[in-house]
Amino acid sequence: MKLNKKIAFLLVLVLLTTIAAGCGGTKTEAPKEVLIGANFELSGNVATFGISIMNAMEMAITEINAQGGVLGLPLKMVKSDNKSDAAESTNVATKLITQDKVIALLGPVTSTNVLAAAPVAMQYKIPLLTPTGTAAKVTVGDDGKTKEYIFRNCFIDPFQGQVGANFAVNTLKAKTAALFIEKNSDYAKGLGEVFKANFTKLGGTIVSEEAFVTEDKDFRATLTKINATKPDVIYVPSYYEQDGLIAKQARELGYTNPILGADGWDSGKLLEIAGAVALQKVYFTNHYSAFSTDPKVSKFVNDYKTKFGSVPDALAALGYDSTYMIADAIKRAGAADPAKITAALATTKGFVGVTGTVTMDDKHNPIKSAVILSFDKDGNQIFVESVNP
Amino acid sequence: MKKMMNKHTIITIIVLILLYGSVQASILLETINPFYQLNLILICINIILAVSLNLINGFTGQFSIGHAGFMAIGAYTSAIMTVKLGQSFPLAILAGAVAAAIVGFLIGLPTLRLKGDYLAIATLGFGEIIKVLFVNFEYVGGASGFHGIPHITTWTWVFFIALFTVVFIRNFIDSSHGRACISIREDEIAAETMGINTTKYKVMAFTIGAFFAGTAGALFAHYFYILQPSNFGFLRSVDYLVMVVLGGLGSITGSILAAIALTILNAALQSVAELRMVIYSLLLIVIMIFRPQGLMGNKEFSLKMFKRLGRGEKHGSVGNR
Repeated sequence: MKLNKKIAFLLVLVLLTTIAAGCGGTKTEAPKEVLIGANFELSGNVATFGISIMNAMEMAITEINAQGGVLGLPLKMVKSDNKSDAAESTNVATKLITQDKVIALLGPVTSTNVLAAAPVAMQYKIPLLTPTGTAAKVTVGDDGKTKEYIFRNCFIDPFQGQVGANFAVNTLKAKTAALFIEKNSDYAKGLGEVFKANFTKLGGTIVSEEAFVTEDKDFRATLTKINATKPDVIYVPSYYEQDGLIAKQARELGYTNPILGADGWDSGKLLEIAGAVALQKVYFTNHYSAFSTDPKVSKFVNDYKTKFGSVPDALAALGYDSTYMIADAIKRAGAADPAKITAALATTKGFVGVTGTVTMDDKHNPIKSAVILSFDKDGNQIFVESVNP
Repeated sequence: MKKMMNKHTIITIIVLILLYGSVQASILLETINPFYQLNLILICINIILAVSLNLINGFTGQFSIGHAGFMAIGAYTSAIMTVKLGQSFPLAILAGAVAAAIVGFLIGLPTLRLKGDYLAIATLGFGEIIKVLFVNFEYVGGASGFHGIPHITTWTWVFFIALFTVVFIRNFIDSSHGRACISIREDEIAAETMGINTTKYKVMAFTIGAFFAGTAGALFAHYFYILQPSNFGFLRSVDYLVMVVLGGLGSITGSILAAIALTILNAALQSVAELRMVIYSLLLIVIMIFRPQGLMGNKEFSLKMFKRLGRGEKHGSVGNR
């Protein structure tokens, strides 16, 4: 009994000391490298996004360093996992800034986690660039002022909803549309609202508005209801797991008109979930097309394929571009100084990346074009058209 | 014997004052890294949650896994108080705690008739309902979360509230009410035969547990800027359950120890994202294999324990304190 207790006590001590030792962190003396922090969803429910971006970012870092790094020093990324949790995202941002002393932050992926990390970046005056946080309020506060240190490298939700509505009316010639919205997702709700407003403005009618929650797996009942209203197009702006199942089940129920989505549809897993047949006449708005003939894009796609064995999705492309964008800003700033980097990021003009040419506007949103993608009969992505803002 | 107790109490108080003072001083002098500061605050919040859950699960023996639900109620209520109604922070904490306690009482009455697995499922359901309610409640931001919560929680707040929680629950357990709760855990039928109103005490423990979970929620809300319903899901409840089980069901110090260890572990593993959950789970498995009763079993960690260890005496337990 006594022995047990002593062992237990010892175990706890050992545990605590190892942890404490682990906490010690890195202490940089003379700058041997330029540190940027990566706060990403590497575990938890959107881990696939975080990992995809992280791969591309590491690739970009290697390339930048091979070309001599920034300011004559190698660029180093300190990565940390936020478990796809908002509080954890605050925690990680604090750690990266105060512990690892990074001079700029990249990430997180989802808008909510960016919103949780943003106050920390603002407090310590460290620039934060999210590759993919699309909600409008990420860079603009409730008071309508642009958040000085927060930037993004993707177009915002309203733009995608608008492009989707234009495409539905002008190209698909849709007169009626149904909305199928993931009720507990800000992203889906935001896109749904903008699509609805623009579709109605262009003379279309919304014949049905239904909702589901992320955990749902069977959409047949609601889809039957939607199908009964005979819409020309169903707008489903969610993430691939739900989108795939919805497309599959809608087709099973005999719905043959187009299904329209947004960048959440972009995933290699989509084909596995939905199957090629269900993906016919499915269109979605996206940040870039891997099938573009632009040499910069094809080089990126080929390098990524060689390294990771799959076609990079838009998230990977955005992560790749964001890394270059930060590196570009550091170079233009001429010093590893957060304030100067912030100023450089804010004045980004004509930055050429794989997802298009970026100019930062005064709300810290990039002005760049969107593309519309669809699927061929084998379920491979094909490029439909490009839309300028 | 009485004198001994006093001496221990005095030592404990001195140690606590030193602990508070040294951390507070280093915060004021800015010698402590904000990351450590954040995790110290998180540790205190987790202690409140683990200890209050231990009252329900460990001492009263009612298997509840809806603790995140109560936390969410406290968090949202307090945030509504400060953000929407412009009330002061202490009032907001109290409102959050009371709201959670009221819900705990209302939920406890019908569900505590259930036992074991059934109660677990009922409380699990409750937690999910709370989450879904907040998702659909646009007033507090719905699914996207509640933004713009002021950053008020400080080390002083969390330290003293955590201290109050521990002292309160410890004294509760030592009171006749607490004894009644423990008797329910040991044998519900026997307790009832002895004339203990089991429903009353179960609901009492549940309500107190919910009260403190609400308090912790309020502190949490005013530290992390943003509240999102999906953060108060089943997994968060499990996190606290793990702390209680790891520390030892029925050991307050065990819960405190586990809350500290797991919070630090979680923070330390941030940079090894790929292995984070693996290491975390492995540690849990190892500890559970070698210490199935939890780190502390149902015993308390105290100064007396050191003395006994030194003298090589047999240890006392909570039961014969």
